[in-house]
Amino acid sequence: MGADMRYSGLRVIAEGLRGNRGWKPVWREPEPKSEYDMLIIGGGGHGLSTAYYLAKNHGIRNIAVLEKGYLGGGNIGRNTTIVRANYFLPGNQEFYSHSLKLWEGLEAELNYNVMHSQRGLINLFHSDGQRDAFARRGNAMITQGDDAELLDRDGVRALLPYLDFDNTRFPIYGGLLHRRGGTARHDAVAWGYARGADKRGVDLIQNCEVTGIDISAGRVTGVQTTRGAIRAKKVGIVVAGRSSQVAAMAGLRLPIESHILQAFVTEGLKPVIDHVISFGMGHFYISQSDKGGLVFGGDLDFYASYAARGNLPMVEHVMEAGMTLMPMIGRARVLRSWGGIMDMSPDGSPIIDRTPIEGLYIDCGWNYGGFKAVPASGWCMAHLMATDHPHEVARRFRLDRFASGHLLDEEGTGSQHNLH
Amino acid sequence: MRITCPLCGDRDRREFTYYGAADYLNRPGMGAPAEAWDAYLHLRDNPAGATRDLWYHEMGCAAWLVVNRDTVSHAVLSVRLVTDAQAEGGAA
Repeated sequence: MGADMRYSGLRVIAEGLRGNRGWKPVWREPEPKSEYDMLIIGGGGHGLSTAYYLAKNHGIRNIAVLEKGYLGGGNIGRNTTIVRANYFLPGNQEFYSHSLKLWEGLEAELNYNVMHSQRGLINLFHSDGQRDAFARRGNAMITQGDDAELLDRDGVRALLPYLDFDNTRFPIYGGLLHRRGGTARHDAVAWGYARGADKRGVDLIQNCEVTGIDISAGRVTGVQTTRGAIRAKKVGIVVAGRSSQVAAMAGLRLPIESHILQAFVTEGLKPVIDHVISFGMGHFYISQSDKGGLVFGGDLDFYASYAARGNLPMVEHVMEAGMTLMPMIGRARVLRSWGGIMDMSPDGSPIIDRTPIEGLYIDCGWNYGGFKAVPASGWCMAHLMATDHPHEVARRFRLDRFASGHLLDEEGTGSQHNLH
Repeated sequence: MRITCPLCGDRDRREFTYYGAADYLNRPGMGAPAEAWDAYLHLRDNPAGATRDLWYHEMGCAAWLVVNRDTVSHAVLSVRLVTDAQAEGGAA
């Protein structure tokens, strides 16, 4: 960590007195070399963390990250920033548990203020059956080594007195509180990993779109890009949102359908919502950013889309769900909304695996939960690319699990594209 | 987004339920190998641009539709009944 110690409170004061003229660019802008040991396609959160951990954990520094736009310009640059480890299924549990532990040390690790705020996440339940399911989930979380508390109605009321407890369709029976859950500053995570990777010698190459993947005798040999051909022995595809297009360059057809997920931000308000609240039955979740905006969203629009914007029926549905849960937000004005492109896998869980092509690896299928996974996804993808073996906590994120039946269907709704 | 149902005309998107890519029309035979079922159920071209997918006119005439659509612009290019598409030889 010492080598990365570029920022401190003292430095901020000193630079303030000197007119902030002493800050230097945070990473280099290198020209691509003709060959690297490894290439990472995609300079988003997952790609940058993969490069960072390849350099840091495995000592592999002759790497480039190829980004078609600018670093962190995709879903890491716009999301609802929730960080949690409240999964139920073996295979998901240990992965997200590992990720949350990495989050808890991330600021010290990167010497970068990612504003990780463990403000507590509350999943509401509305029936006896749902209470049983949540108690079971909470027990699974505790068994895994994470935290969970089952709140009854009064317990929820003590924390969230502003909810509508008299709703007749979805009366609030209680909630599952995950105190270590919370939010983080999404851009800072990308920038922190980018800086750390750059410092360890990784070339971060922006405005460099991969246009082809070179394969010879079943083995990857490099990529074609808008800035020339680059050779490499190993290539990682880490481009959730565009996975199908990039994988198609290698002749692969993925179990992925891209869907749109909308989210919304209001004008800045004084602190009013202290936690992350999810209202699953209404398809609504909300938190308040440190700037004061209410950040909320709902479910997918539920049709394949790359438009990066949604349609109005889902906007209306999310607003209605919010008003049902907490009528107090009705006077807040929505400033902006956006639609992110989600890599939806049939069972709702991600993929970190080798491909049938030697030397080509893929990290994709993050559905609508990729943000919290950024640290562990990079950690495990780096392990896979460096050692050719899956990391212990990501060994079930297999590309062939749909064919073999080893599904990770966290919601229990089935393995079909239109169900998650 | 509005979809023109061949039977009901131009209707609001809310009347329709999305099912998935038109791959679902190419159901393998009973004796097909596991790979064919995996491709049918899971693997997708997932194009950014023109696509063909299945929608159900749930709040209208209850017809199954093949919709030609652009996934980048959300433009609906053409809509046919699944029965018509299949009558013309095959499905996809």
